[in-house]
Amino acid sequence: MLKVEGLTVKYGNITAVNNISFEVPQGKIIALVGNNGAGKTTTLKTISCLLKSANGKIIFDGNDIIGQQPHKVARQGLVHIPEGRHIFPRLTVKENLTISSFSRTIKFKHFKKEMEEVFEIFPKLKERQKQLAGTLSGGEQQMLAIARGILQKPKLLTLDEPSMGLAPIIVEDVFESITRINKQGTTILLVEQNAQMALSAADFGYVMEVGEIVLNGSGASLLNDPNVKKIYLGEVD
Amino acid sequence: MLFQQILNGLTIGAVYALVALGYTLAYGILGLINFSHGEIYMMGAFIAFTCISIFNWNIWLSLILAVVICGLIGIVVEIVAFRSIRHGARSSQLISAIGVSIVLQNIAMLTWSSRTQPFPQIITTKIIKINDIVISNLQIYILATAVILMVTLYLLLYKSRIGIAIRATSQDPDTTSLMGINVNKIISITFAVGSVLGAAAGILMGLYYNSIVFNMGYTVGLKAFVAAILGGIGNIPGTMLGGILLGFVESISAGFISSQYKDALAFLIMIIVLLVKPTGIFGTKEVEKV
Repeated sequence: MLKVEGLTVKYGNITAVNNISFEVPQGKIIALVGNNGAGKTTTLKTISCLLKSANGKIIFDGNDIIGQQPHKVARQGLVHIPEGRHIFPRLTVKENLTISSFSRTIKFKHFKKEMEEVFEIFPKLKERQKQLAGTLSGGEQQMLAIARGILQKPKLLTLDEPSMGLAPIIVEDVFESITRINKQGTTILLVEQNAQMALSAADFGYVMEVGEIVLNGSGASLLNDPNVKKIYLGEVD
Repeated sequence: MLFQQILNGLTIGAVYALVALGYTLAYGILGLINFSHGEIYMMGAFIAFTCISIFNWNIWLSLILAVVICGLIGIVVEIVAFRSIRHGARSSQLISAIGVSIVLQNIAMLTWSSRTQPFPQIITTKIIKINDIVISNLQIYILATAVILMVTLYLLLYKSRIGIAIRATSQDPDTTSLMGINVNKIISITFAVGSVLGAAAGILMGLYYNSIVFNMGYTVGLKAFVAAILGGIGNIPGTMLGGILLGFVESISAGFISSQYKDALAFLIMIIVLLVKPTGIFGTKEVEKV
């Protein structure tokens, strides 16, 4: 589905991501974990073409998408839910969802039907569809961001810190919907500081540190790795 | 007397509001004070004048052509003058806008000379008198056209999918692009819409005052900017009301104080608003949830 090869991204002279390679196979959940400043967000933003890379290849669905415009990438089915949710606060909930139709080619009538289906999964959003999205709680906003992503009919959904700023119980809800979307056939690339949650949900994980991938393995094996435990899960022996 | 001045103010205010909406649209989508917008207003009047008086073309065709051409000018201005410095400093955008304004004014002066030209009277003026109040049919046409245009703008922005995309772009362009929306295209559309409104206002003003001149966009552009500030720049209904309000202030001061002070009063009000409520009368402070 997605193959990143030797990707390097720079902000001016500073190298934020240094020659990383990883793969997101079809139908899987892949987690990219690491501390603040490790380059995870930069990696995702480069994949969705919001940032330009200095070097490397990003192969999505068989095509190198480097240098494309972000809206074109989105229309190909690579959907990015950015860090901090980035719902449109002064649009209503319904308008926030309607906007997903721009990356689709189906008739608006059919899109509306899909929107009704999404409302069934997220009844809270249906209740509040006429409300401005900025008035939703943090958890509801994250759900809205996910619902908006689903309506873009992603082949690959990339999520940046979906647990950020949410109460633990809401984080579980969020991860539950992520695994459900995955079971319905969407491939997922997940970036998280919350390594515990991310690695438990993921089939395979990569650990990033200052712009480089330092470890990889199945979600379970990384969870049991003594280094990961010590640094990312806060366990002390 | 008072009612007469209110009516006059409403007419002129509606035109200010149309021009002010162009400022608000550009500000809303790019955070840019587009000081070249007044020239689009002037261009609208001059292109209509050329098509009708010089080429003797059909009136409706000429009017439509004038607003369409101005829409295209708006698109070109954005691409040439603002796109490459979109993420640059505010001051460079401002200077670029002033530069565009000077260029357009000079193009107009070279093309149509610096003389005041008579605007074709495509509507025969009829005066309706009710007691002391004089209403011309022209005033009614101007008001009706302005209202129709503003309602259309409202429907476009708040009831159409393009409108959702425009409002989304003004809130968060990066995320809008992640939704599969070509943000550059949306910005072009927004500039075209603002310019169409500005050009229509120029034509209406030409009709109202019978005469047009190459630098007519300067004062009206500034006034419309005041109107936008007054109502809250970036706020669509606020801007409409700001325009009307400015029209009232001007005509009432012209009627009761002196018409020579009306411009000064308009700017005085802007200064007071900026001091007391910098976000404008209807503007609100942004509160973003993190």
